[in-house]
Amino acid sequence: MSDLNNRNLKPAAADSEPGMPRRDFLKAAAGTLATLALSGCTKEAIEAFLQKHFQELSPEELKTVVARLERECQEKQGVKVSISTKAAAPGVLFGAGLDLSRCIGCRRCVYGCVKENNLSRNHQIQWIRVLEQEKAKGVNLEDANPYYDPKEVPREGYFYIPVSCQHCRRPPCVKVCPVKATWSEPDGIVVVDYNWCIGCRCCMSACPYGARHFNWGTPSVPSKHLNPRMHYFGNRPRPRGVVEKCTFCIQRTREGRYPACVEACPVGARKFGNLLDRKSEIRQIMERKRVFVLKAELNTQPTFYYFYSL
Amino acid sequence: MNKVTFRELLRFGFYALRYMFTGGPAYYLWLAFLVALALWGGLAYREQLTQGLVATNMRDQVSWAFYVGNFTFLVGVAAAAIILIIPAYVYDWKPIKEVAIMGEILAISALVMCMLFVLADLGQPEMVWHMIPSVGKLNFPASLLAWDVVVLNLYFLLNLVIVVYLLYCTYQQRPYNKYFVVPLILLSIPLAISIHTVTAFIYNGMAARPFWNASILAPRFLASAMCSGPAILLILFQILRHTTRFEIKDEALWKIAEIMAYAMFINLFLQGAEVFKEVYSSSEHVVHFNYLFVGLGHHRSLVPYGWGAVICSLLAFGLFIIPATRRHPVTLNLGCLLIYIGVYIEKGMGLVIPGLTPDALGEIYEYVPTMTEVRIGVACFSIGFLVYTFLTKLAVAITLGDFNRNMVAAGDRRGRPIPRPSTPD
Amino acid sequence: MKKYSLYILLPAFIVISILAMVNEIRKGHTLYHEEWAHAGVVAHSPEEYPAVFDFDPLAGLQTNAGEIHLPPPPLQKETWPCSQCHDKDTSNPERRVLSAAHEEIVLKHDEEHRWCLDCHDFADRDKLHLASGEKVSFEESYRLCGQCHGPTYRDWRLGIHGRRTGYWNGSKSYLLCVHCHSPHEPKFKPLTPLPPPLRPEFLRGQDSAKETQ
Repeated sequence: MSDLNNRNLKPAAADSEPGMPRRDFLKAAAGTLATLALSGCTKEAIEAFLQKHFQELSPEELKTVVARLERECQEKQGVKVSISTKAAAPGVLFGAGLDLSRCIGCRRCVYGCVKENNLSRNHQIQWIRVLEQEKAKGVNLEDANPYYDPKEVPREGYFYIPVSCQHCRRPPCVKVCPVKATWSEPDGIVVVDYNWCIGCRCCMSACPYGARHFNWGTPSVPSKHLNPRMHYFGNRPRPRGVVEKCTFCIQRTREGRYPACVEACPVGARKFGNLLDRKSEIRQIMERKRVFVLKAELNTQPTFYYFYSL
Repeated sequence: MNKVTFRELLRFGFYALRYMFTGGPAYYLWLAFLVALALWGGLAYREQLTQGLVATNMRDQVSWAFYVGNFTFLVGVAAAAIILIIPAYVYDWKPIKEVAIMGEILAISALVMCMLFVLADLGQPEMVWHMIPSVGKLNFPASLLAWDVVVLNLYFLLNLVIVVYLLYCTYQQRPYNKYFVVPLILLSIPLAISIHTVTAFIYNGMAARPFWNASILAPRFLASAMCSGPAILLILFQILRHTTRFEIKDEALWKIAEIMAYAMFINLFLQGAEVFKEVYSSSEHVVHFNYLFVGLGHHRSLVPYGWGAVICSLLAFGLFIIPATRRHPVTLNLGCLLIYIGVYIEKGMGLVIPGLTPDALGEIYEYVPTMTEVRIGVACFSIGFLVYTFLTKLAVAITLGDFNRNMVAAGDRRGRPIPRPSTPD
Repeated sequence: MKKYSLYILLPAFIVISILAMVNEIRKGHTLYHEEWAHAGVVAHSPEEYPAVFDFDPLAGLQTNAGEIHLPPPPLQKETWPCSQCHDKDTSNPERRVLSAAHEEIVLKHDEEHRWCLDCHDFADRDKLHLASGEKVSFEESYRLCGQCHGPTYRDWRLGIHGRRTGYWNGSKSYLLCVHCHSPHEPKFKPLTPLPPPLRPEFLRGQDSAKETQ
């Protein structure tokens, strides 16, 4: 997989790759069926319907797919976008930290994430959920409240826990997916192939962190607010009826940048880095602070660590 | 002569289809009623297809609900065919052997409904081809939903083959090949158990949802399936007895009712054991039980259903454990309906909704189905009933000797397909 | 009677089921955490808060070579450089309540034990000084803070404390202590939170939710 940022806008050639006769036959058969079923549909729609699983796409096919997705987005939104497919760098395992003694529950991260990741605005989806908890009760999710709306935060006597995808090393959501539409990348990011997901929502039931979100309606982002720098697994436009989730801002972090939530946090409570690098910020936190993970008893082994710096 | 040729089978299929659409006015009225319901629901499905699943009341907090609840319940109904198969073929008990095929037909129809409900629940229904092994990418054996797809389809095919083969042989007026069909029937017993076990395991395997993550869940599923499926069968048998000349002996009904009583005892016992464990240890997991049985704060919409299911099951158990009441048609029918209500709640939305409420982060979203969901559900059920009606009509006619190759040949000569439609059905 | 029991029971059952279903559908929702029932009723988006997101996280980062970028201290034009006023020999080093200038500064930073000249240098007004007497520029004020706040200073240097932007494996922008903590009143100021998420009851829009309410 190479970086396909250099866009290939040639119209997709008819599928005629040699070497896979069975697939070709099936493809042809399915194609005919699809044409019959969706008569009136464009060639693009049929191509999208028959798109292969991401991990089975050859580099050329991937190029075609990405070009089609970019074209589709451009036609729909009128914005020139680039969809990267940059793969994980070797020797990298991403980890995130969240300083519970600093977080004030201002939700800047939530909206920074929405902005960066082109999250649906009308049928609202937010990958981060900030929970307000009473200090007197400690960390107890049953008493958490995501709908707090005071004039100012932090409220006296309360603390705040932002929760999003914990990017587990043993993700229960991946195991249950019936079609392998979601998996753990080598750098630890749990990704979803939006074009392969069938929308059964098994993963949502399996996720202990409420981190997976479903496109109940057709997602929409106003064109002028669309972030044109996209990644295949990240903030590219999603179809309706598929599951999406935090990707550690894959379009940023694979380019070396911090995730949007980290940069939006006004108190610097959010930390991010390479868990395999002893000098990284996240490892320094683990060396010097006591960290904990949510629902450790489930043995999901998150790479998202909560800690108290004070 | 004894060989089943493709040509013959096709011809049989053709005549059978023609027969299915022949009947008295009552029959046509019934068909029209079902088709109308299916269309009414089908329109709702079209709405759901254009809007997306936002047309339902499922949300991120409660991501499975009405459809999946019905699916789970119907898997139980499908599995219940073995309550006829075991006495019929393992113990060779004649009164039930005569009606065993009805159980298999019920299994087929229930599975059709299951698949429809799953399809209705999918966000990208056109992408189901991703689940076809080797064409798509079935996550087997890691995903239990993949197991379910495999097992349900196998069970469906098996029952279809058995039913079609048995009917075809009777239609051809020749004995069936024991060495072909009996192994298949015996194979359907473990498969029936496994469809329900695997469905239970889908829930069971989710450590994120403590309400489901109890090892007692699969046995409970089986026990309740042994109640609900036969309850439906008993009612259907009585309807068949009234509307056709098809004879079903009282002993068969009573025997089924007796087996149900035992199954219900096991079900209630297992449920009691689980309630004890949750309530007495009262860990944080008890919150889901509380939602079902006492409500959380002012969120109490499930409470009447939770208790309703328990009370119905207990009453039905009382009615079925006493021989006098399980033999009296009034109490028998009342018991069947009570069981149906009890298990439909307990294994349907009474399982799915409390499992997801409060959600993984403690949020309470009180799910109530939308009209769209109910309509689509109605459509799934009416299509299932249509399948059941067609297959039963055929089976009854063939078993009674009203429809066989000689008659079809005779009918063809006279220009009318079916002489003497004996079943207003 | 016996024979037709089913024909009474079955319709009764169907009617009861339909009534229960209709009742459920019409009943509507009770909102979770109703003390905030007004919140989460409409969807908000980041575009409503341009000021919050009006920053360039890569500003000042020239390369991706691993350098650390520190923004200049937040000194105000009206008062900087300090020497523009404080250049007279008549300055008074006595601890007192200020009345001629800087009245707006209310020290809430261990004010019982300290005052201006514990940090600001008396001789060179455009500098600060450490306890040792070593003069440090405002650009290096973190060294001054670090004298008392040792662990936090260490955490800040390691990237544990404070906000960083840029590249996780390359150049980064830090903030100085004083960007977030006013040295005279260092407690972080409360913020107005951005609005809560949309409640699931309102995903189809407010009107549809009202219908069921």
